[in-house]
Amino acid sequence: MGAPVKVDVSKLEPGQQIQVGWRKQPIFVIRHTKEAINNIESSLSKLADPKSESIDEPYRDINLTRSKSSEFTVLVGVCTHLGCSPKFFPEVEPKSWDASWTGGYFCPCHGSMFDLVGRVFKGVPAPTNMKVPPHNFNGNILTIGEDEEMS
Amino acid sequence: MSENLTKVFNWINHRLPVQNTFERHLSKHPVPKKVNFWYLFGALAAVVLVIQIVSGIWLIMLYSPGEGAFASIEYMMRDVDYGWLIRYMHTTGASMFFAVVYLHMFRGLLYGSYQKPRELVWIFGCTIYLAMMAEGFLGYVLPYGQMSYWGAQVIISLFGALPYIGESLELWIRGDYYISGITINRFFALHVVALPLVLIALVFLHLVALHEVGAGNPEGVDIEAHTDEDGVPLDSVPFFPYKVLNALVGIGVFLTVFAIIMFFFPEGGGYFIEYANYEEANPLVTPDHIAPVWYYSPYYSILRAVPDKLGGFAAMGAAVAIFFVVPWLDRSKVASIRYKGILSKIALVLFGISFLTLGYLGTVSVTEHRKTMSIICTFIYFSYFLLMPIYTSIEKTKPVPDRL
Repeated sequence: MGAPVKVDVSKLEPGQQIQVGWRKQPIFVIRHTKEAINNIESSLSKLADPKSESIDEPYRDINLTRSKSSEFTVLVGVCTHLGCSPKFFPEVEPKSWDASWTGGYFCPCHGSMFDLVGRVFKGVPAPTNMKVPPHNFNGNILTIGEDEEMS
Repeated sequence: MSENLTKVFNWINHRLPVQNTFERHLSKHPVPKKVNFWYLFGALAAVVLVIQIVSGIWLIMLYSPGEGAFASIEYMMRDVDYGWLIRYMHTTGASMFFAVVYLHMFRGLLYGSYQKPRELVWIFGCTIYLAMMAEGFLGYVLPYGQMSYWGAQVIISLFGALPYIGESLELWIRGDYYISGITINRFFALHVVALPLVLIALVFLHLVALHEVGAGNPEGVDIEAHTDEDGVPLDSVPFFPYKVLNALVGIGVFLTVFAIIMFFFPEGGGYFIEYANYEEANPLVTPDHIAPVWYYSPYYSILRAVPDKLGGFAAMGAAVAIFFVVPWLDRSKVASIRYKGILSKIALVLFGISFLTLGYLGTVSVTEHRKTMSIICTFIYFSYFLLMPIYTSIEKTKPVPDRL
């Protein structure tokens, strides 16, 4: 049950998200579009902690995606407020909860908002960014729950 | 024959105070001769308590806690003769319990039922309300549907908001790293044994304290001030049979409403049983629209109105806790809203509106506009209580009549 989980991410289209179960928790794997990668740094003013300084960030300053890959983001899909699983809304369009929505996660329970790499917005109930689980990429195979590839 | 019966009765009466208790609490217990329908909801709450206990006992015969909980609910709904009736009786009872208790509490605010010497009656009542909220929550988790799971996730995570001890407390409550059969088992134990015992004990205290000080009335008149030579208040009638028979009419109407809901609208449009709870718990997917059942939604709105984890929890807790101190917040010389000044009337109306609005907002999804609304209503909600010492002491009250 606590064992690492392997996923083939080559089938993901850019802009797509899949959910994987690991330790009975939802894990989000997102393959970003080029535009989304370019936009990661553009809405910093909305974020409460863009550099993830208040949490234990495993892969700090490696990629803008917060993961070990420059194209994928891997997140523990649990809202840091009260543990619901936020919903993926990648579209750039006005939403009922935010008129200037540029894509990200919205929690249906208490309305917390996160950007596409799981960083929390200012003025929402969630206190910190979504967590990044230990993971490793080996070609197209993503291993969740393990840092180094075991041989 | 009747001589023998008298002998048996006397034999018992010398060993157990049957006659004494009957007279003290029923046939010679004086209650105000004029009250209105608002004074019925306490009796209705007692009726629902009995319905809940009886239907609960039958539910336990069919339900199994643990990982198979959802399957056992489906089994009783589909395969057990009248299993649906027992379950719907219990779920309808839960909503009706809160409905009559909210009306009962509003009566208290309306006619100052908490004022001296009824402070303890009020405090026992508030404690019953608190125990009921816990009981209702635990019961809602037991079917192990989607709303059960995610509701439990949110409520247990609330304890995680406490500094230092939060995370270990969460683990201790769940008994596992995530909500599982273990959690369901312990919630079952609390729901069917621990909290019902607490509730029954509190109801007993609530009634004993009430019978010590006597029931209030909508005029706020102290009926004890004018008594006959035997010390019986002039403006009173014996509780039995006058008020008991009177209440039977109200109970009949209530049970009719209860039966209509139970037979024809058991889900109450998704407000009494949420549709997502007909799906088995799935730890990987939160339902798109998540809201508590209607009787918690005002507090849920208050939680959502505060953009801070600990702050939201504190505000929600304070919103319930503040009821306990109402007897000391009200500085008015009169009890009933009929003789209070205009400020008290405006405050109570605004409070009622804000409570209902918060309740509505708690059942719908968050938007920017609704968030602003819930912040305003939270502000009014707390102002009603916190400004009470000011507006009740500066306003001009009307003179209270001498007799009822």
